[in-house]
Amino acid sequence: MFGIGLQLSEIYMVAGMAAVTFGIRYILFPVSGRMQFPKWLEKGLGYVPPAVLTAIIVPSVLIPDGKTLDINLDNPYLIGAIAACITGAIFKNLLLTIVVSMVIFLVAQWAFAMG
Amino acid sequence: MPTWCVCTRLWAAGGSIWPGDARPFNNTNPSRWSLFFEGAKDTFPLIVGAVPFGIIFGALADTAGLSFGAAMGMSLFVFAGSAQFVALGLAASGTPWPMIVVTTFVVNLRHLLYSATMVPFYKNLPHAWKMLLAFGLTDETFAVAVTRYGKHDGVTGKRYYNLGSMVFMYLNWNLCTLIGLTAGKTFPEISRWGLDFAMPATFIGIVIPYLVTRPMWAAVITAGIVSIAAHDLPHKLGLMLAALAGVTAGMVCENLFCERKKEK
Repeated sequence: MFGIGLQLSEIYMVAGMAAVTFGIRYILFPVSGRMQFPKWLEKGLGYVPPAVLTAIIVPSVLIPDGKTLDINLDNPYLIGAIAACITGAIFKNLLLTIVVSMVIFLVAQWAFAMG
Repeated sequence: MPTWCVCTRLWAAGGSIWPGDARPFNNTNPSRWSLFFEGAKDTFPLIVGAVPFGIIFGALADTAGLSFGAAMGMSLFVFAGSAQFVALGLAASGTPWPMIVVTTFVVNLRHLLYSATMVPFYKNLPHAWKMLLAFGLTDETFAVAVTRYGKHDGVTGKRYYNLGSMVFMYLNWNLCTLIGLTAGKTFPEISRWGLDFAMPATFIGIVIPYLVTRPMWAAVITAGIVSIAAHDLPHKLGLMLAALAGVTAGMVCENLFCERKKEK
């Protein structure tokens, strides 16, 4: 197929992923105006973004190889994450947080690789 | 506090991302195009974080055993960064496709909050617009657009602002995936440069403004601990467990504080 080598199972996978993702993002709009969330659910939903993002951040920083826990200061991911937290807390600027922590991460990684 | 209010406050606290767009006394509504470009411009900081993320996604696809078409198809039709990465990891470990689809559902459940928040802003839009904007409701575009919608400055046609943010994210994401797919072949070691740190860096930048209340701290700390403790669970179920534990901790903590206030 055009030399892009899609297998049938991959087509199912991409189609399935696209369907569930769009479904989640769209489902509330057709019925909008006719429904109201219960109060407790609305409150709970407010904690979803930080909780989900933290659940993605922490393992990717502390278990960088996906297998072993690495809480040492020679873990460049941990150094970079600490830098991101400090920069973010002080300057409250998203772009600065990303750029500064990326630079510190890359320097730490390079330094540790050099030995 | 309504969820949109929380989000608006948080993003307003981010400050400098939205410079100079307060127009309380304007009498000429900005044109569609200027709103479109304003949305694209305000999305720029998040694009910076998404660039290495997208390139790495493309570069890792081959190693994970995905074809060019599958990787590109994901960026074109799914358009969900973290879910695509999780799918990549699952595909690499030989997970069957129905399990990958279920995991995508779990990882993207948070977008239900985003659409819930957008319901009042999209209420009067034509159906095609609702579908289009829903498709592009990523973490980044949601964060930028919800702030603009929440600004009571009398500007109409903010859908074009939302569209500008979405189109910019979409083009960038697909271009970066393409670069990663082609450069990954030329420089196979690109995936070992550690550019994957861009994702936690961006997400940390998004989470920090949330940490202004004790229940939020409880939610984040709980989610972090559980995510490590439950890391060995199959099919990324640990992510969902950690998220649910965090949300529960936040709600319990909030109720405890409310109770205490009532007692006093």
